[in-house]
Amino acid sequence: MTWSEMQPLLEQACWDTLYMVGWSTLIAVVGGLPLGVLLVLTDRGGLLQNVVANKVIGQVVNVARSMPFIILMVALMGFTRSITGTTIGREAAIVPLAIGAIPFFARLVETAVREVDGGLVEAVQSMGGNTWTIVGKVLVPEALPSLIASTTTTIVALIGYSAMAGTVGAGGLGDIAIRYGYQRFETQLMWITVAILAVVISLIQFAGDFTARSLHRRGGRSGPAPKLRLLKASTADTKTV
Amino acid sequence: MITTTGLTKVYRSRGREVTALDGVDLHVREGEVYGVIGQSGAGKSSLIRCVNLLERPTAGTVTVAGQDLTALAGRGQRAGKELRQARSRIGMVFQHFNLLSTRTVRDNVELPLEILGKSGKERSRKALELLDLVGLADQAGAYPAQLSGGQKQRVGIARALAGDPKVLLSDEATSALDPETTRSILQLLRDLNRQLGLTVLLITHEMDVVKSICDSAALMENGRIVESGTVSELLATPGSELASALFPVGGTATGEDRTVVDVTFQGDAATQPVISQLSRTYNIDISILGAAIDTVGGLQVGRMRIELPGRYEDNVVPVGFLREQGLQIDVVGEQQLVKEGAK
Repeated sequence: MTWSEMQPLLEQACWDTLYMVGWSTLIAVVGGLPLGVLLVLTDRGGLLQNVVANKVIGQVVNVARSMPFIILMVALMGFTRSITGTTIGREAAIVPLAIGAIPFFARLVETAVREVDGGLVEAVQSMGGNTWTIVGKVLVPEALPSLIASTTTTIVALIGYSAMAGTVGAGGLGDIAIRYGYQRFETQLMWITVAILAVVISLIQFAGDFTARSLHRRGGRSGPAPKLRLLKASTADTKTV
Repeated sequence: MITTTGLTKVYRSRGREVTALDGVDLHVREGEVYGVIGQSGAGKSSLIRCVNLLERPTAGTVTVAGQDLTALAGRGQRAGKELRQARSRIGMVFQHFNLLSTRTVRDNVELPLEILGKSGKERSRKALELLDLVGLADQAGAYPAQLSGGQKQRVGIARALAGDPKVLLSDEATSALDPETTRSILQLLRDLNRQLGLTVLLITHEMDVVKSICDSAALMENGRIVESGTVSELLATPGSELASALFPVGGTATGEDRTVVDVTFQGDAATQPVISQLSRTYNIDISILGAAIDTVGGLQVGRMRIELPGRYEDNVVPVGFLREQGLQIDVVGEQQLVKEGAK
């Protein structure tokens, strides 16, 4: 294959990947943030303590997290069709991607929000703030650097998942690598996609770390390094297979 | 201003019960600085958190400014609207300041005003005014991490005052600060108490805090209030643990046949030459074992430990003479003698 043959393929694949990852990240954040906050609030000793709700949410999150993505995608086909009208293509891939990422992000949010000093919650309670105020003015803003880092981790994980979306005809970089690199022995093209993926992931990680760190610097010396390291380490356990 | 009756708090976790407060009756008068002192684990923290119902008392009532807060609490864990409104009229400062790290000093002070739903203009005017009051007007744009401990606590105090409270609760506000900064923060609290007529309830484990700013004090042990009263009442109470801790005098008897007497002077009595009068009238030699003059809760107080020759039985008349002079006399070890006499 010549470069002129490869170029349009790669361009289309990049766009497909960005499209799928972008939308599914957005949905994962919108859905996972409240879920993660709810996990903290309903926990024993939380502001909205509700042991039953906490157990139920926790269990749903665990089950969804432990499901291999490729199986989740197949299992959700009926649901995907009811939303997008099809089970094939980019739009169809966004549904399982988002649903797979929501519980993943929710757990990261839970960890981030738990690290907010309980004294701050107490302070706002003593001012007469309600639960909404505490979530909106304390928990989320104070956890923001960690939340940014969690979002980065989620995006990287979603890029991994999106490679499997090729199996439902969604395209994307992973799909190119499999179809051309693996099935047609176009080794060169495969290595190019690998390189592109590596660069994209590095850029996203860098941008995320930079944002999280600059937010932290504004907030002062309260140790950004350990938290970020912790989250980076957890990137390694994400199921990208 | 603050009254608690029969306040009880029992923590239950995994079948075990811990009684943090065991029927606490506290009465804080309007405009005074009231100190609750005790060891850690005595229940001080639970007490102050029960006053604005951050902790729900297991039994008993809390009344602040004539309003029964326990009646507003409702059943659930969540605070209802009325309780939240009542809380916004009670300021609270914390040992670890509890400032939001992502907000500037000014935005931290504005937070309670946001909760009260004040307009942006009003918030910034009030915040700057309060920062000026605590002497931090020039740090309005700084983040808490850029401030020293004392400055952070000043921000904490400014924030606590944002809702124009009549009552300020101070939870070990100076315990994380060095002695110098502690003094300046206490001075600030004292000034605010005078200028704004603010009633202050503070808990502490440091006797110096009580000594330097409190009008009244209570000693807590094992969830109960063991002693309480105004500082001058306490000093006038024979055998008061708080009084002797507030104002210790040292010295032990030099021999067996000696009577040791603590003499406490307050106000006018301090100017009378009682010791030389005693010596001349009864022709006895008096040795002074220890003496000090100090200011406790704004009162000039002197305390002296003297030794008279002979046993207590031999000194009933001179001790009576001292009592007649309007002095407070504690005979060291007297209670034991009385008990033995009763046998």
